[in-house]
Amino acid sequence: MAIDAVEVMAAPPANTTRTVHLTVNGVPRASTVETRLLLVHYLREHLKLTGTHIGCDTSHCGACTVLVDGKTVKSCTMLTVMADGKSIQTVEGLEQGGKLHPVQEGFTKEHGLHCGFCTPGMMLAAVALLAKNPHPNEDEIRRGISGNLCRCTGYVNIVKAIQYAAEHGGAGAPKGGA
Amino acid sequence: MIPPSFEYYAPTSVQEAIGLLDQHQGEAKVLAGGMSLIALMKLRLSQPAALVDINRIPGLAYIKEDDQTLQIGATTRVNDLNDSDVIRMRYGVLADAAREIADPTVRNMGTVGGNLCHGDPGNDLPACMLALDGQYTAAGPKGTRTLAARSFYQDSFTTALAPNEVLTEVRVPRQGAGSGGAYSKMERKVGDFATAAVAVALVLGKDGTIQRAGIGLTNVGPTAIYARAASEFLSGKTGTDAELAKASELARDAASPIADNRGPVDFKKDMVRVWTRRTLRRALDRAKGVH
Amino acid sequence: MADATTVHGGIGQSIQRKEDARFIRGKGNYIDDVNLPGMLFLDIARSPYAHAKIKAIHKEKALATKGVLAVITGADLAAAKLAWMPTLMSDTQMVLPTDEVMFQGQEVAAVVGVDRYAAADGAAAIEVDYEPLPVVSDPFKALEPGAPVLRTDKGKKDNHIWHWEVGDKAATEQALKESAVVVKEKLYIPRIHVSSIETCGCVAQVDVMGKLTVWMTSQAPHAIRTVFALVSGLPEQQIRIISPDIGGGFGGKVPVYPGYVIAVVAALTTGKPVKWIEDRTENLTSDSFARDYHIEAEIGATKDGKVTALRVKTLADHGYTDAAANPSKFPAGLFHIITGSYPFRTAFVEVDAAYTNKPPGGIAYRCSFRVTEAVFAIERLIDNLAHQMKIDPAEFRLKNFIPPEAFPFQSALGWTYDSGNYAGALHKAMQIIDYPALRKEQAEKRARGELMGIGISSFTEIVGAGPSKTFDILGIKMFDSAEVRIHPTGKVLARFGTKSQGQGHETTYGQILAEELGIPVENINIEEGDTDTAPYGLGTYASRSTPTAGAAAAVAARKIREKGKLIAAHLLEVSPNDIEWKDYKYQVKGVPGKSKTMADVAFAAYTNHPAGMEAGLEAIDYYDPPNMTYPFGSYICAVDIDKETGQVKVRRFVAVDDCGNIINPMIVDGQIHGGLTMGFAPAMLEEIQYDADGNIRQNSFLEYLLPTAVETPKWETAKTVTPSPHHPLGAKGVGESATVGSPAAIVNAVVDALQPYGVTNIDIPLLPYKIWQAIHAKDAP
Repeated sequence: MAIDAVEVMAAPPANTTRTVHLTVNGVPRASTVETRLLLVHYLREHLKLTGTHIGCDTSHCGACTVLVDGKTVKSCTMLTVMADGKSIQTVEGLEQGGKLHPVQEGFTKEHGLHCGFCTPGMMLAAVALLAKNPHPNEDEIRRGISGNLCRCTGYVNIVKAIQYAAEHGGAGAPKGGA
Repeated sequence: MIPPSFEYYAPTSVQEAIGLLDQHQGEAKVLAGGMSLIALMKLRLSQPAALVDINRIPGLAYIKEDDQTLQIGATTRVNDLNDSDVIRMRYGVLADAAREIADPTVRNMGTVGGNLCHGDPGNDLPACMLALDGQYTAAGPKGTRTLAARSFYQDSFTTALAPNEVLTEVRVPRQGAGSGGAYSKMERKVGDFATAAVAVALVLGKDGTIQRAGIGLTNVGPTAIYARAASEFLSGKTGTDAELAKASELARDAASPIADNRGPVDFKKDMVRVWTRRTLRRALDRAKGVH
Repeated sequence: MADATTVHGGIGQSIQRKEDARFIRGKGNYIDDVNLPGMLFLDIARSPYAHAKIKAIHKEKALATKGVLAVITGADLAAAKLAWMPTLMSDTQMVLPTDEVMFQGQEVAAVVGVDRYAAADGAAAIEVDYEPLPVVSDPFKALEPGAPVLRTDKGKKDNHIWHWEVGDKAATEQALKESAVVVKEKLYIPRIHVSSIETCGCVAQVDVMGKLTVWMTSQAPHAIRTVFALVSGLPEQQIRIISPDIGGGFGGKVPVYPGYVIAVVAALTTGKPVKWIEDRTENLTSDSFARDYHIEAEIGATKDGKVTALRVKTLADHGYTDAAANPSKFPAGLFHIITGSYPFRTAFVEVDAAYTNKPPGGIAYRCSFRVTEAVFAIERLIDNLAHQMKIDPAEFRLKNFIPPEAFPFQSALGWTYDSGNYAGALHKAMQIIDYPALRKEQAEKRARGELMGIGISSFTEIVGAGPSKTFDILGIKMFDSAEVRIHPTGKVLARFGTKSQGQGHETTYGQILAEELGIPVENINIEEGDTDTAPYGLGTYASRSTPTAGAAAAVAARKIREKGKLIAAHLLEVSPNDIEWKDYKYQVKGVPGKSKTMADVAFAAYTNHPAGMEAGLEAIDYYDPPNMTYPFGSYICAVDIDKETGQVKVRRFVAVDDCGNIINPMIVDGQIHGGLTMGFAPAMLEEIQYDADGNIRQNSFLEYLLPTAVETPKWETAKTVTPSPHHPLGAKGVGESATVGSPAAIVNAVVDALQPYGVTNIDIPLLPYKIWQAIHAKDAP
């Protein structure tokens, strides 16, 4: 079977690439990227931070959730260029100095994950929820994570994990830039 | 899942943004929250040649109230509405709707302006502005103009906003004492567009009768619908069960839903009736100070 | 220090999971995390038509797209005899079409690009000239004379795939005739899609030695390796399948999808690694679906309310080819468990399968090989029968259940249930939910015209495929395996033929070995998924891992203990007959102070073993289960219905499960929570529909509705424990029980609520409009 290979070498049209400066998990980054590059691909493929996952095409599942300036964002629906000048926190930034974040502890103590694929996004949603509402009741927790789909756990233990985190100091402000 | 290539601009003033839109002659789109636009581009259902990102323009995100009006800047995030005491205390229809738009994370990016002028009949804020008689400020090459929400929505994804205009602000009359509003969104799950949703804004006179009523409907027609007959019927009424039932029937008659996975036409129309009645009752209770 | 009578992490302990350590740090290794130097990307252009001739495929624009290196079509594959491949049911499936496309979303051409974005641009630039053909969308119409014939490539003259039947037709007919009451119902269980949050994908690489390695989202890597070898002609030892971390499987990651094969071809021909990751739309429109059973069922009963006979006729919509991954002797899976928890004297079940212009599949959604369909049908019919006879549905079940003393129980359709205590589970559920109080409340509400319902599902599951006598997939017997090796310092490495996709095997298998070997679980590493190192197994699906590989772990450990006994005797200078395994140690009988641990024995196995004995301390077991295991349970659901809107709210849901002896209670509860949610979702929200032109109506999460934490009820769980008499640990499988058992409880609750309207059935999903229609169909009382 012959492979037809035709490579087109042309300079990219103007304004289709841009240099961005952002901070990711406290580390300053400067990168030149295509303007259409989705933030999730920048994180996963340029920075090799593969903890943020992709689960759908329509911004529903939340597996791609990261914190941008402390707020949850679906990184699959944000252009990298929109994050210029901003501070991003991914799951890799939760553990600090070898110490797990209370949300991470809660998830493993309460069996809040099975396959682990939704877990990074779910934990960051929990971090943001607790930063705003340090002692949420169950209904507030369920609403707070309603932008994150899980297929494995049935959510019962995710709620428990977040309650654990709330009781163990999980409500510190998200470290969007530290 | 991957958008096609496009030129990207991040102007720092409304003038610059307008200039770019004008230059691209309808081939450029405004990028605000991106939750609708980038989603469409990923599916390659929208393929604009250029994006004009207005998130860098200072002074476009605010919630201000004076004696006459509530003013919301176009790049105000939906969650900013949820965080606002003013909205919570006096603009119940917006407070309710802001809690139900998409999901908590999408609301961090989605903007008021985007939700108002994207033109999807499933967007929630248009019906609220129809109920509140909102006025939109559009800035274009020839200056600014004011567009009434009640004549803004022409067809699905078609509004009175020109391709070289930017929506900068929405204003509604200040809702003072004796006013009350509510929004009910019947949805199959969090994050869905409404099966049917109803926005109500009421102003009571000192004698407790309804001075002014506005009813807006979401996702039961090609655009958000101002239920004019139902709204006008309530003027001067006290809000008895029979009057609310009649208004609900008039609202139902104003709806023209399509059959889809959410249900058949007769069902959706009946939902307009049921939820109009329930939302009117809630708005009335709020207007009277009953919670 | 663990006390002498427990081992840390043994059976029955709810220890934290080992695998969590990488997942909570975002350090899982899923397919899309695999990155190799020089890796290329594959994207696939797909058909917008459900049925069409391909007149021409135009590659020029794609090839001219920046970053695109190659375009692969069916013609290219046909030259290598790879355009078609066998399915796991011995049908045939297109990898890429040469003549016709058979479903909307079918792969038509593949593009290889230097990166993900280039490949996507290339796929978007493929242009195809189609000539639309008549679409066969309705399986009933598919079987009518004169319907367009879909599989002319197989020389077929109609769209009938197979007919399968079991039971006694004449005796059942007679028994129904003689029954005082017969209840009949038509139930449609619509097509659904398992939608794991991770979609399917692979990375294929051929190395300089000609060895093919494929990282793949596969629940059954060894079976895939063998299939690849047979299909491609590559020698099997030159193929390595690696299933790394998998983000949910549930059956959807068992089949061989065309994308895998095309990626392998692209890797072979470019000489570079090739990655293929499907997006969600591709996943929903072309991956293996589940259900799509049109069932007609009848039950007879005596005038005292004792069930007599069961007759079932089903039409199965299989899409354009039979690619369900059933055991080969059971094209309708284990559907004939449909006699359920009841001692029907006679039964007859027949299933016919039809081809339609839809994607292939049938069992990819936590169903234990069609047991979801079977349990749904029987539990719905039992409720309808109880209502018809004006007997309380709980009382009806208790009156009819197979009693505990009847086990092992031979069902009318040939299954030998190992153990069960159905009344025990139902009584417990009734007590937890306070069933009498709910019925009292319902009566009061009904008098006021308010709608409240209570639904029960008392299911019998059948898992652990399966005994070699009756079970095979493409001829390969369905044993499973454990290879256990103890190192000199008393630490354990064990590998299995199964493959977890979130079930926690790294923890639970470790717990079995900890219990059997007396070694703390933190000293035991579990590995799965690399076919070069793991012993051959049939993988993880249909809740089979604990029944098969879990058993193999226990048996292998016991083989090790036997050898260890000889070493211990040698160390303690006694006869092996004087040694007993007690309190996790080798003890000299009657001499408490004289003992050796497994760690002592392990060290000696390499340094000081008896003369004439082989060194080392390891064992492998390929476990052929003597029977299936039959977990069971009773679920009770209470719902409130908004009469005006038709919205259903699950107020309470109590799930009592019995999966025999439990290895890790926390993990089992987690499986129940997740399983219940995957029963709730199809009952209330999920559905894949096609219009008459074969256009799919739910191709994204905008329309295919997965429940969030807000819609999902707050599950309440409890257990009874009835061990399996034949399993080495007395354990049964459990992963799918809750998905199998829960839909009927929910639907029964809604139908129960609507009794005043004379409703006997509403097909799932129970969206509000359907309840509204049922209420408005009759005048409200």
